[in-house]
Amino acid sequence: MMNNTTLIDKIDNEDYEYGFQTDIETETIPKGLSEDVIKILSAKKSEPEWMLEMRLRAFRHWKKLKNPQWGHLDIPEIDFDDIIYYAAPKRKTTIEGELDPELKRTFDRLGVPVEEQMALAGYAVDAVMDSESVRTTFQKTLSEKGIIFCPISEAIRNFPELIKKYMGSVVSYADNFYSALNAAVFSDGSFCYIPKGVRCPMELSTYFRINASGTGQFERTLIVADEGSYVSYLEGCTAPRRDENQLHAAVVEIIVEKDAEVKYSTVQNWYPGDKNGHGGIYNFVTKRGLVMENARLSWTQVETGSAITWKYPSCVLKGDNSYGEFYSVALTNNYQQADTGTKMIHIGSNSRSRIISKGISAGYSQNSYRGMVRVAPGATGVQNYSQCDSLLIGSKCGAHTFPVIDVGNNTAKVEHEATTSKISDEQLMYLRQRGISEEDAVGMIVGGYAREVLRNLPMEFAVEAQNLLSLSLEGTVG
Amino acid sequence: MLLIKDLHASVDGKEILRGINLHIRRGEVHAIMGPNGSGKSTLASVLAGDERFQVTSGEVLFEGESLLQKKIEERARKGIFLGFQYPVEIPGVSNANFMKAAVAERRRAMGLEPLSASEFLKLMKQKAILVSLDPKFLSRAVNEGFSGGEKKKNEIFQMAMLEPELSILDETDSGLDIDALRIVATGVTKLHNEQNSTIVITHYQRLLDYIVPDFVHVLYKGRIIKTGDKELALKLEKEGYDWLIKDFEK
Repeated sequence: MMNNTTLIDKIDNEDYEYGFQTDIETETIPKGLSEDVIKILSAKKSEPEWMLEMRLRAFRHWKKLKNPQWGHLDIPEIDFDDIIYYAAPKRKTTIEGELDPELKRTFDRLGVPVEEQMALAGYAVDAVMDSESVRTTFQKTLSEKGIIFCPISEAIRNFPELIKKYMGSVVSYADNFYSALNAAVFSDGSFCYIPKGVRCPMELSTYFRINASGTGQFERTLIVADEGSYVSYLEGCTAPRRDENQLHAAVVEIIVEKDAEVKYSTVQNWYPGDKNGHGGIYNFVTKRGLVMENARLSWTQVETGSAITWKYPSCVLKGDNSYGEFYSVALTNNYQQADTGTKMIHIGSNSRSRIISKGISAGYSQNSYRGMVRVAPGATGVQNYSQCDSLLIGSKCGAHTFPVIDVGNNTAKVEHEATTSKISDEQLMYLRQRGISEEDAVGMIVGGYAREVLRNLPMEFAVEAQNLLSLSLEGTVG
Repeated sequence: MLLIKDLHASVDGKEILRGINLHIRRGEVHAIMGPNGSGKSTLASVLAGDERFQVTSGEVLFEGESLLQKKIEERARKGIFLGFQYPVEIPGVSNANFMKAAVAERRRAMGLEPLSASEFLKLMKQKAILVSLDPKFLSRAVNEGFSGGEKKKNEIFQMAMLEPELSILDETDSGLDIDALRIVATGVTKLHNEQNSTIVITHYQRLLDYIVPDFVHVLYKGRIIKTGDKELALKLEKEGYDWLIKDFEK
């Protein structure tokens, strides 16, 4: 009996290899959401008065809103007074200014390079644990080019003019229920500013880790690419394996000025819950970019984690000749639910967009693509191409697509293609007959199916993402 | 190498193989012929381990080991290769990556180290030339958008890469024009040697002009009703199966 239990534990742990918890002292504030809590939070971060005012305004608005119900999701009632809104490691650094050894061990184990000498060339990291950034690498190297890369809490104190100008300019607190909540209680995330004409010499990345139990994480990221600049940014995330559900409600805003280009990639691997649907992260995210004249914004996401995902990285193509891209692989297994997609809002003339969405459903999961392509009446010569594919593994899961096309100008060319397929017995037989195991065969077929999206990721992450897809599908066959 | 004893197999409760007996030695080529629906492809699938078929009785020994309890991939790693009649497409998976994984599994089963990237690339080019497959197909997705002839050439290429002990070629000649048939058949002939064995399932004698069989078996209603040499195939080409079936039904 003992042996059996240990074995089952082991298998479950192997399914989600980032499910460990770091044993560190954490400072938390009492549960619950109120103006007092927001004041404490703001004080913890030594914020200026104007920031607190912004938070309180958002909070007062949020209280008037209701949790959105339109997603193809079954969301259990969330008690927002039962969440801890601030948790941070008590000790971030040693007396010598080094990252605390326990934190370092954690990020090492997650494969996040928090020491500059250990890092892959060209890869800077901001590591966020619960509500606080604990380490940001290569800040000095980047600042030589005028690039700002720092925790958003720091940016609020050090660059108030930039924050006042840009924060909330793309995703207003009034945008939706979770953007209002986030604007009221956001904790940490990254701020990036790339000055005019500068090509960022390395990948910037933020790694979000939830560690403390009973908490919510409210990521806030703001990326500003000034005229003619370029940056590639990567976001990763994991959390311990727990029976409770934890909320991660993020807002990411990107401003891509004239002639600039931003590539934003996400490998989302929050704890998805166990095989029976217990536990897991609720990932409710608003991501949007404003794309000016001749500018380009490319979203690439690989979504394998979270119990529930509600996420629509979008592009407001405001400038003429602007270009927006959305490449997505969303994989759901067991009892996971995902409702994800994008909006391409064409305001500028000759703006173009491309949507490639690949859904993979296995187990008892529900996987929806929700997309909107809108062409404003004054936008001429707009082009959009959308392709939404669904792949089903097994017969108990669901795949759904909810595309909306709203064209207000008759010079637009909008194309939409969709397919639904299953992994066939013939394909599995074929690969297995060449000596490849059934699980590897499924991984290979899924990797091939997702290839068009994966190849948009920076090289080393493409490999990681492919492995993640295979790992997330373990136990779906046989 | 392969010993089949009184093999019975069915699909969805319908018996297709009704007592097959066959002995194949190292270095031999056996042709299996017979009218449509006689069980030729089923025999190939059952030997490969296709789980859609149920073996109801009988035994199959491969190199002295019982085969029937083994999974498809385990049989493949031991050196059983099935050239499919209808090779499927695997979108997005390149031929090269597919073969890299397959060759690594086969080598591991043989206790060999995986090949280095450059060794593997060299091997692939060499084998592609051997079976006259244009190397541009190596970087393309497995069978995706391939013509019928290219798909069959790709099967023979995979056979060349995996160097199986026993190759079972299921109607490799179907859907090929004369030129493609010659190329595919020549490839198979080049790969055959004293150390391996080949089962060729075919409707037509023309393939056997290239791949000369040591034995020709006629399968009918799930049994082998006649065994002969190459002359039997020629006679069948001329006279059809009726004379054999009449004998059998008596």
